[in-house]
Amino acid sequence: MPKHPRPLSPHLQVYRPQLTSVLSVFHRGTGGALSVASVILIYWLWAVSAGPQAYATAQGLLHSWFGVLVVVGISGSIFYHLCTGVRHLVWDTACGLDIRSVYRSGGIALFIALLLTLAFWFVALWSVGLIQSLWKGVLS
Amino acid sequence: MSSLRSPLGRARGWGSTGEGSHHWWVMRLSSVAMVPLMLWLMFSLAALAGADHATVTAWLAFPLNTALMILAVATLFFHANMGLQVIIEDYVHHAGLKFATLIAVKFALILLAVTGIVAIFRIAFGS
Ligand code: HEM
Ligand code: HEM
Repeated sequence: MPKHPRPLSPHLQVYRPQLTSVLSVFHRGTGGALSVASVILIYWLWAVSAGPQAYATAQGLLHSWFGVLVVVGISGSIFYHLCTGVRHLVWDTACGLDIRSVYRSGGIALFIALLLTLAFWFVALWSVGLIQSLWKGVLS
Repeated sequence: MSSLRSPLGRARGWGSTGEGSHHWWVMRLSSVAMVPLMLWLMFSLAALAGADHATVTAWLAFPLNTALMILAVATLFFHANMGLQVIIEDYVHHAGLKFATLIAVKFALILLAVTGIVAIFRIAFGS
């Protein structure tokens, strides 16, 4: 034990989560998760190059409920990491580093990430034709 | 603290490993490039959802898309490599295990990147 007790970093289990720390931890978490998920992009590219049969298999996997769940996770993660990444780049110019700005930019990053994720799913569901058939269902 | 570093060392921006600021800088560069590339990639893939094989192949064989997809894959794995390096250095404390993990992750990422780029070439030029 040191002679003079020094202040310790707050212990994880008793430290109240704050927007600042939670967003920071999630930036790292999504960075790591996206790195793992990049295997899927390469698998998809390989499947396209390998021909219609391999592509149909990949499409079947991606359109299964589990595949859709994974793509939900990837899309949310990438747009989140993109927005908080841009926030890092702004900080690097020594802008927005006071507590108030950090909380505000955190909120803005979350909001834009949500908008981008919703836009992504709108385009994806539109391409599959689901939105059009939903719309027809509403009209009839 | 700054007095512990030589003026030359400070001018070069070298840290203890001699390349800290270079790592920082290329991470920023790749991050700036990633913003348009990943937006393009994600919204292109969304627009291609449900498309048949011929459509996807024709789209990827279009030269602008071929070029952007190669750039996207290359930048993504470069950025992931630099990012994962920092995470491994933070959490793997045993020196030997850290070294082995860093090398294994680098090799795996390079293998994935090359596989992806070869696939893109096959799609673009037929095989
Ligand atoms: C759940 C617990 C924690 C986790 C998972 C965590 C994770 C991280 C991560 C991933 C970074 C790098 C983030 C980045 O560069 O954007 C970071 C940076 C940092 N963390 Fe934490 N952290 C935690 C708790 C704490 C606590 C309790 C303190 C201080 C009391 C702290 C102080 C710092 C500082 C000063 C940095 C900046 C270091 C630098 O990059 O120069 N962290 N943390
Ligand atoms: C979409 C655009 C992206 C932007 C703007 C971006 C930006 C950034 C920035 C600025 C950092 C450094 C954060 C810091 O200094 O602590 C970072 C870290 C990281 N990024 Fe990205 N990134 C993007 C996409 C990706 C993707 C697609 C992956 C995975 C394939 C990824 C993986 C990582 C990893 C693993 C880290 C290290 C995390 C850490 O040290 O806490 N990023 N990103």
